[in-house]
Amino acid sequence: MLYRESGDFKTSYAKDQQTFPIAFDRAGYFATLAFAVLVVPFLINDYWANAVILPFLIYAIAAIGLNILTGFCGQVSLGSGGFMAVGAYAAYKLMTSFPDMSMIFVILLSGGVTALVGILFGLPSLRIKGFYLAVATLAAQFFLVWLFNKVPWFYNYSATGMINAPERSVFGQAITGAEASPVTSYLFCLGFAFILAWVARNLTRGVNGRKWMAIRDMDIAAEIIGVNPLKTKLTAFAISSFYVGVAGALLFTVYLGSVEVGEAFGVGKSFLILFMIIIGGLGSIFGSFAGAAFMVLLPVLLKNIMVGQFGWATDLAAHFEFIIVGGLIIVFLILEPHGIAQLWRITKEKLRLWPFPH
Amino acid sequence: MSAEFYFGVEVFLNGLMAGVMYSLVALGFVLIFKASGIFNYAQGVMALFAALTLVGFQNGQIPFAHLINAIFGTELHHFGWHMPAFLAIVCTLLVMIAFAYIVEFLILKHLVNQEPIILFMATIGLAYFMEGFGDLMWGSDIKKLDVGIPQGGNFWLEENTAFLGGDNFYGFYLDNLDIVAAILAVFLVSGLVAFSQYTKTGRALRAVADDHQAALSVGISLRTIWVIVWSIAGFVALIAGIMWGTKSGVQFSLSLIALKALPVLMLGGFTSIPGAIIGGLLIGVGEKMFEFLIGAPYLGGATENWFAYMLALLFLVFRPQGLFGEKIIERV
Repeated sequence: MLYRESGDFKTSYAKDQQTFPIAFDRAGYFATLAFAVLVVPFLINDYWANAVILPFLIYAIAAIGLNILTGFCGQVSLGSGGFMAVGAYAAYKLMTSFPDMSMIFVILLSGGVTALVGILFGLPSLRIKGFYLAVATLAAQFFLVWLFNKVPWFYNYSATGMINAPERSVFGQAITGAEASPVTSYLFCLGFAFILAWVARNLTRGVNGRKWMAIRDMDIAAEIIGVNPLKTKLTAFAISSFYVGVAGALLFTVYLGSVEVGEAFGVGKSFLILFMIIIGGLGSIFGSFAGAAFMVLLPVLLKNIMVGQFGWATDLAAHFEFIIVGGLIIVFLILEPHGIAQLWRITKEKLRLWPFPH
Repeated sequence: MSAEFYFGVEVFLNGLMAGVMYSLVALGFVLIFKASGIFNYAQGVMALFAALTLVGFQNGQIPFAHLINAIFGTELHHFGWHMPAFLAIVCTLLVMIAFAYIVEFLILKHLVNQEPIILFMATIGLAYFMEGFGDLMWGSDIKKLDVGIPQGGNFWLEENTAFLGGDNFYGFYLDNLDIVAAILAVFLVSGLVAFSQYTKTGRALRAVADDHQAALSVGISLRTIWVIVWSIAGFVALIAGIMWGTKSGVQFSLSLIALKALPVLMLGGFTSIPGAIIGGLLIGVGEKMFEFLIGAPYLGGATENWFAYMLALLFLVFRPQGLFGEKIIERV
């Protein structure tokens, strides 16, 4: 009863083709958006912004990026951490070389640089498939982290080898550095997350998305019906890397502020983002958000329960986190390989009948 | 001959030895991949877990002591005995066999016929789980592993080769541990090859590797085979864990040797046991020589982290199935 498509008549093609054709979905979408823009900024404080909301938005962007590559185009990548590092270092170099450049352009250009690097490392995907490729992308991960560690030009010859985000503002509001308030950082990240998610949604609905899915489902068959595998795989790599690069740049500039590459963008980050899309749902934009929320909230929650409630040592809680995350991955793969997004679809099916069972 | 040349030879020899260590880990991957088509990312963590368990048994640690202490407020930590190395190894082996059974029962059984990539991701989940579980069971502090394998430079070799070079050459330095590892690897590989060629179970293993359904139809139980294969992989992991644990201490970073073994596999081919050995040797020598000749003098060092991957990547572009892998045939 609550969720229904009947009685929702479409009178024009535009209406038939809109992103959310069902009124309930549309209402939910606008309600979420209104909540995010009108309510959250007034409630947000330092703790919530730094512990939950900023990492959620940033990782959601990265997860959308990886989802485009893995969920839609079927190319598993374990190099997201390395690509995030490219975004972060590109942002750093741009910020320090062109102090007057607007932060919005800095972030977008960092994404662009990452896209180029992504294309470069995507080239072998034409010959290597499946988990051979997954292992090959690890080459990108290790090489990039090594590169940013060893070449002093990337961190402007600083003695510590770390990069620090200089203070910058957008429209007169500080975005990076110590002056930035949680509200402005939140709105900045929200803007990027919203626009990128919107673009991704429409990309995957269009001709590009269909080509990606054709390659994912069977690349040889796709090639025979006229999908160019070179172009398709490389666009997926480029766009995916763009998203991941933007996420890396945001993570560095807005969220962390200072970064040591091996620590912040190690192979663990690649796995984290992969887990987000597995748990959230492969091939779903909503799933990317759900997975990011899940993987960001879970450690906070576990920490609060085990350290805060039971008074256990933090290392014990950390071990449990590993066990629970690993166990959940397996449980999800066995029970619901399509993740939270699929659970949500099933819930909606149930809602059509509820509260009347027949 | 200049001393420089002999240093090069020494680096080469050490590369060979490092390669043997990589091969030990890669072997476990190949075994599981051959028998079940699963790329077992958890192999490195299995080595860590085996080493942790071995140390735990040797020192008589109480499993889950931290957890029990945290819940009940007790002060447990050790049983107060010291198990002899051999007995501890046997006990650890039993634990690894139990582990193989549990993995089959809880995970593999439910994922039959899934795509390889799903199984791969499941083993990543398994790796995370094992990592947390091992630490929870035995504690996450760095432990020393000693099962009586000699360590340190081999003086005999050093003294008998010192005459080769000039005044500033003191003979080839090779670690005893690496030599033991090399000998063990030879035995392990010949044992595994003999097992798969000349025993009934081994023949069943190869049948499963060739074709699951055909093997099922002639009466081979897939699930038994999987338990056997995972047990053998657990055994290989134990040996790798002992070697690496003795070399660098039993700690979290031990699980990262899986990442070192991946390029070895890509180079040697996922389905070939000799491939794992030769791939390991190539990678070991390649990365040591690259570091010695190019990395350290020109690139700022620490190239070992990525060189193996780059080598494997370049190699794969020209030969996607690796050196000894079976040809990949795709049909629509």
